[in-house]
Amino acid sequence: MSKETESRQREPFARVIKRAEMAAGKIALLRLMAVFLSLIAGGIFIGCVGQNPFVIYGTIISGACRSVMAFQGTVKIMIPLLISSLGITLAFKMKFWNIGAEGQIIFGATCATFFALFCSGWNHVILVIVMFLAGIIGGGIWGLIPAFFKVKYNTNETLFTLMLNYIALHIVSYLRDGPWMDPGSQGFPKIARFDKNASLDKLFGVQFGWLIALILVVVVYVYMKYTKQGYEISVVGESQDTARYAGMNVRKIVLRTMFLSGGICGMAGMIQATGSDITLTSSVAGGVGFTAIIIAWLAQLNPFSILLVSFLFSVLEKGSSVVQSNYGLSTDCADVLQGIILFFILGCEFFVRYQFQFRKNTDRTDKEG
Amino acid sequence: MDIVIKFLVAAVGAGTPLLFGTVGEILTEKTGHLNLGVEGMMSIGACIGFMVGYYSDNFFLAILASAAAGAFGAFIYAMLTVTFMANQNVTGLTLTIFGIGFANFIGIFVLNQSPEGTLKLPANITAAMRSVSIPGLSSIPVIGPLLFSYSPFVYIGILIAVGCAWYMNHTKAGLNLKAVGENPGAADAAGIQVTRIKYINIILGGAICGIGGVYCSMIINGGVWISDNVGGLGWIAVALVIFANWQPAYAILGSFVFGALRVLKYYIPQSILPFPIAFYDMLPFLITALVLVISSMRKSGRINLPAALGQNYFREER
Repeated sequence: MSKETESRQREPFARVIKRAEMAAGKIALLRLMAVFLSLIAGGIFIGCVGQNPFVIYGTIISGACRSVMAFQGTVKIMIPLLISSLGITLAFKMKFWNIGAEGQIIFGATCATFFALFCSGWNHVILVIVMFLAGIIGGGIWGLIPAFFKVKYNTNETLFTLMLNYIALHIVSYLRDGPWMDPGSQGFPKIARFDKNASLDKLFGVQFGWLIALILVVVVYVYMKYTKQGYEISVVGESQDTARYAGMNVRKIVLRTMFLSGGICGMAGMIQATGSDITLTSSVAGGVGFTAIIIAWLAQLNPFSILLVSFLFSVLEKGSSVVQSNYGLSTDCADVLQGIILFFILGCEFFVRYQFQFRKNTDRTDKEG
Repeated sequence: MDIVIKFLVAAVGAGTPLLFGTVGEILTEKTGHLNLGVEGMMSIGACIGFMVGYYSDNFFLAILASAAAGAFGAFIYAMLTVTFMANQNVTGLTLTIFGIGFANFIGIFVLNQSPEGTLKLPANITAAMRSVSIPGLSSIPVIGPLLFSYSPFVYIGILIAVGCAWYMNHTKAGLNLKAVGENPGAADAAGIQVTRIKYINIILGGAICGIGGVYCSMIINGGVWISDNVGGLGWIAVALVIFANWQPAYAILGSFVFGALRVLKYYIPQSILPFPIAFYDMLPFLITALVLVISSMRKSGRINLPAALGQNYFREER
């Protein structure tokens, strides 16, 4: 900055500077504003396809909560979303970009399905516990593979976990078309419906996965906030060098966290397969792994916010199925709205940390004068 | 011999949408931005391009519209990640979810309005996108079908890829682009306008992806609109970027190899190689994962992964 005048002359129209830390209330207000703006943008979109946005929004909310059955449906959608968002949170807190929740869900579900299909005669409680463990270990292994190559060779985890999604998907289609094909389906490629003994019990009309999901919210919160391991995760996420300097075994932490992250996602898969679908299909994850990333990010990786956001997303999804039957707009409307909301939130986060500083006109007149 | 030629021709066809997606993503990643929204940009391009083609019956307009639509998706991404410094992975994924949702939504919306109950491209555009037939050349045995028998998309794709290779490796703008992807701070210090270069190339990349999308909606299903017509090809394109080592010229070869992998299952009789179908579907992803691991193991200087990939550039922290 020795040539002050020269730098002034070249000063851009607007530049970005960091701002002092914002008050929590102000941040909340900013985010609410972003959500509000996104709803307006979504409303304009709905208006463009010739519907009244207020009616559509109203239908989405009432459609998801209008009856006990509708609400149960909403909760059913929420279970895998909530659990896998919690799983992703662990990895993202460590800045390990686990895009592979989809694959971890699928592989966890696949491992659990093995027991559901071939050990259905076991004692119900034991079988359910074994299936849970199988789901966790299956998903955990699927998370461990990219973590192993990351710590060993620094392999890009985003791309690797992405590839593993599709590998898991095609493992399921292999099993469906071959070894696990339902013998009673007369050649139609599908996996048999699970025995009643091998499916999850219901609690208040919904499979009891919702209770596990709620417990998990608290567990993940406590784990991240109050345990040594949780602390290690955030240190590694902030700076691997700092962690190493503090004497932490970064490799071990990355491997352990990814096993847990994948394991939780695998559990989500197991719960979806044995609780909701009562069979294994190639759409057991069905995009949940990707939506969960959006949820985790929207909720700022806070388990309780994840609970709220995943509920709202489930309302959106359930409600848009009612919109489809009432107004003929397809359920893809939910994806469009989710996208718009997140675009606005992503943009708004910028204003939490930075601000624009515009070029002052006086600078130029000074120079010219 | 006949079946080999048929197989190769099919491989080129199956690889073409991948070629667009890959070249578009290479341009994007060279700026240091990993855009996971390829699938989304292709979907938006597929939808808008198809609809414009459906209503205007003009092949050229359809391609132009698909490129504009892809560019629009990329513009959202660029605004959020370049200017607003949002997380690239999350922004890209959101673009994908938004794009697929948008395409399917609009597709079903228009479908519901159409009197026939299906959306089929009109006659002129179908004729325009049909495989070319050059009198004399196309009828040469072997060479004819291998070189002169494709839809115009194939030639457009190869032209774009060659053009991008030339742009990246032989122009000053291309050199600046690579400098930005390697070390934006140094590039900025050298007087390169980092933000502008990022915007231009990300948007250009999105436009190319959009054209790849319209291939999916117009060609793959024979000119009939079907939901989810991109069907994961955008993700394969993201993988192919690694396989092609961030070189547009390799992307041509890579896409056709991956195209071959995609159609392999129809040409290899089960009696010769008793692999299950799912194995062939898995192959592209398995190979990419292997390439990814092997290239990170080798750690030699031959890997073109932009050093600043995935990191946003904040000028005051350079």
